[in-house]
Amino acid sequence: NPFAGLVSHLRASWLSGKTRPMEYRMAQLEALGRFLDDKKQEILEATAADLGKPPFETELSEILLCKNELHETLNNLSRWMKDEQVDRTLAMQLDSAFIRKDPYGVVLIIAPWNYPIHLFLVPLIGAIAAGNCVVVKPSEVSKKTESLMAEALPSYLDKDCFAVVTGGVQETTRLLENKFDYVFFTGSPPVGRIVMTAAAKHLTPVTLELGGKNPCYMSDACDVTNVARRVAWGRFFNAGQTCIAPDYLLCTLEMQEKLLPALRKAVEDFYGPNPKESPDLGRMVGDKQFQRVRRLLLGSGRVAIGGQTDEAERYIAPTVLADVQPSDPIMQEEIFGPVLPIVVVANMDEAIDFINSRERPLAIYAFSSDNKVVNQVLERTSSGGFCGNDTLMHVMLTSLPFGGIGNSGLGMYHGKFSFDTFSHRRGCLKRGMGREPLNALRYPPYSQQKLGVVHAASKVTRKGSCTLL
Amino acid sequence: NPYAGLVSHLRASWLSGKTRPMEYRMAQLEALGRFLDDKKQEILEATELDMGKPSFEAYFSEILLCKNELNVTLNNLCHWMKDEHVDKNLVMQLDSAFIRKDPYGVVLIIAPWNYPIHLFLVPLIGAIAAGNCVIIKPSEISKNTERLVAETLGCYLDSDCFAVVTGGVQETTRLLENKFDYIFFTGSPPVGRIVMTAAAKHLTPVTLELGGKNPCYVSDACDVTNVARRVAWGRFFNAGQTCIAPDYLLCTLEMQEKLMPALREAITEFFGHNPKESPDFGRIVSDKHFQRIRALLGSGRVAIGGQTDEAERYIAPTVLADVQPSDPIMQEEIFGPVLPIVVVANMDEAIDFINARPRPLALYAFSCDSKVVNQVLERTSSGGFCGNDTLMHVTLTSLPFGGIGNSGLGKYHGKFTFDTFTHQRGCLHRSMGLEALNAPRYPPYTQQKLGLLTAAFEVKRRGTCTLL
Repeated sequence: NPFAGLVSHLRASWLSGKTRPMEYRMAQLEALGRFLDDKKQEILEATAADLGKPPFETELSEILLCKNELHETLNNLSRWMKDEQVDRTLAMQLDSAFIRKDPYGVVLIIAPWNYPIHLFLVPLIGAIAAGNCVVVKPSEVSKKTESLMAEALPSYLDKDCFAVVTGGVQETTRLLENKFDYVFFTGSPPVGRIVMTAAAKHLTPVTLELGGKNPCYMSDACDVTNVARRVAWGRFFNAGQTCIAPDYLLCTLEMQEKLLPALRKAVEDFYGPNPKESPDLGRMVGDKQFQRVRRLLLGSGRVAIGGQTDEAERYIAPTVLADVQPSDPIMQEEIFGPVLPIVVVANMDEAIDFINSRERPLAIYAFSSDNKVVNQVLERTSSGGFCGNDTLMHVMLTSLPFGGIGNSGLGMYHGKFSFDTFSHRRGCLKRGMGREPLNALRYPPYSQQKLGVVHAASKVTRKGSCTLL
Repeated sequence: NPYAGLVSHLRASWLSGKTRPMEYRMAQLEALGRFLDDKKQEILEATELDMGKPSFEAYFSEILLCKNELNVTLNNLCHWMKDEHVDKNLVMQLDSAFIRKDPYGVVLIIAPWNYPIHLFLVPLIGAIAAGNCVIIKPSEISKNTERLVAETLGCYLDSDCFAVVTGGVQETTRLLENKFDYIFFTGSPPVGRIVMTAAAKHLTPVTLELGGKNPCYVSDACDVTNVARRVAWGRFFNAGQTCIAPDYLLCTLEMQEKLMPALREAITEFFGHNPKESPDFGRIVSDKHFQRIRALLGSGRVAIGGQTDEAERYIAPTVLADVQPSDPIMQEEIFGPVLPIVVVANMDEAIDFINARPRPLALYAFSCDSKVVNQVLERTSSGGFCGNDTLMHVTLTSLPFGGIGNSGLGKYHGKFTFDTFTHQRGCLHRSMGLEALNAPRYPPYTQQKLGLLTAAFEVKRRGTCTLL
């Protein structure tokens, strides 16, 4: 196995205790901050080369959001690392009971191509903060960013404890044969199954950040202009290659008719009359993805806005498809491109049933001026996360957990949740060597009297009924 | 698939929203409490038939600890269920940002035979509290308890949302072909792998409570009498059939010599001169396990006990001295009333020994010197840890209980059980208006807009924080 030596080197480093002290972890994290500062220009250029990512979008999603996570972690790490003292029973009042935050050991992070820095760096921050050694496997699809990471990152991090591995499907398969203590994967559901199956052989815990079709319900009661802008922004950011992008709209026929001109205006406000010439719209990452999205665009509903494509540039215009049928090709897979289908429903109940008869998505969006409508959609559906009256924004808050459910994934991260993901919470009790008479009650020979006292000392009583929700 | 109908019935019930209201969940949980009260005698009898479990032990581990979990949950459920509001950045001050606690849906709980009520009931409490529908698969090895649960639990719980499935390996395999929204498994590592592999096909999250060999280090500085009693209690409770029992001792030769008479005295005090006649000592659950453990007795030398009786599936409380790491008893989890002692030179050697092996569910360290206890804790990795006692850390509902590495993944007890069966859904609810606030993020992109966004969203690095 070509990676066995690397994994065992990292495991030896971890067993040596090198990554345990807070100062060590802080130093590695500060170094990641310097990587983001020093290599900012290279990151902008690499992501522009890989997927035509506009520098503004890269600054926001690949630099600012990562620095936020870094600062959040650096600001709070000493507190997160502390033993958490817990409530004790009567019998244990003199004992010490606490939760110790232990690292898992050697962790593998597999990142995708669409936010190639962010989606390896944010998990990496949590993994380092929690005291682990890490192997990072960036995506080979975002080639320039992969090279940048493989060449530059090792100079910032301790090579004894952190490594970047490059390669494609074959290399990743060989890598997964090794025993890791945690595997963090971001990518598609089919590959998620493969990763979890490989992890199962070693009983390795996993976090899988997957995807699906994120529904976006628009009620009849809303400000059409605002809604159109917020949805267009979420759909066309990074040319639609965002796991939490609104994938399709659900609304009434009337709303579809109102939305189309508003969406047309939003697209024009954002990208001008010829989006191909706008510096602010990205491109498809590869020919394969371009052809896939183009095929979906051509075969579903009718093109109401956009629809133009250019194979040489891997350009797909910001596109809206109207009157899309549930059976159309574009409704059978996650789009991951700048195409927004609209599926007409009669009312909110039909929209909710439509959502619930499909795989649970990573995000659900609901737009309404009526809070009750937003709350109903939230209440009656299940998804990784939820945003009312906007798109994408819920993942900008480091205090909210980010993760999927069902087909869209398992586990969560961001902020302290990343630290928690990569920490083992070890329940600890430290008792005194003396005070043996307290224990005598639990020993044989058993008697009803002993049982009575044990019962009284350790039971949890039912309190009166609690406050109304 | 023989269970497809059942799973789909439960899924329909879940989608109907029946299990969502707090009152519904509380009612189901109260019913579980009545099950424990009404069927207390039957539970004591069934566990006695299954593995000779003394009624004191059954009452403590299968009834009292379960009622504690029930009461912690009933006392706190409305508080646990509430949306948790979270810190917001500058831009979102007028928005609502919170974590919604959603159920997963249809959950499967697979329980083992050694604490046959506790190990399905405590997960079940959390699953119900979190709003799920549940299928319970008790162990076919603890036959009498299996029958009791299959015949009576249904009368207490809503049969639209909760079901008990019985059977062996074949039935469990067919059951696992179905898509569940969460699987909670307690059992051995090999079967844990099978369960996780089956779960992976459906991307189903899992908690696996497994096992291993729990080391127990005894330093030279300790009260030998107290240590012997606490270790003997932990080892021989339920005739050793406890996933967190101290599996083997590590100590110096001197300590082994001191411990031996103390252990002998503890055993006599607990079980009398002929433990076979004590009503307070259990039996091995099956012939297969009896023979397995008996075969392991050939390791080291029998210093205490060693007697067996196949007809009764009785194995005497046994201590083996001078056991070698290569001996058969050091190659698998013992799960019986046999305590091997492996001699080490000092604490460092004990720690290296522990770290060279799969990470255990529990780790024990005995010393009057708290620095020694802390060192063992600091330099090893395990599911849980207890200093100067055995088993007791899992009786606190405020401590998470779970393994690491080969001993498992995930955790439960108390609120951790509720959290295990809950999906924490990050939610942001913004206003339909205030569009001007969003303008800086839209194209056409400019440096000025970027500056505004940065100022609005950035999290700044604060000054250096307090010393640990």
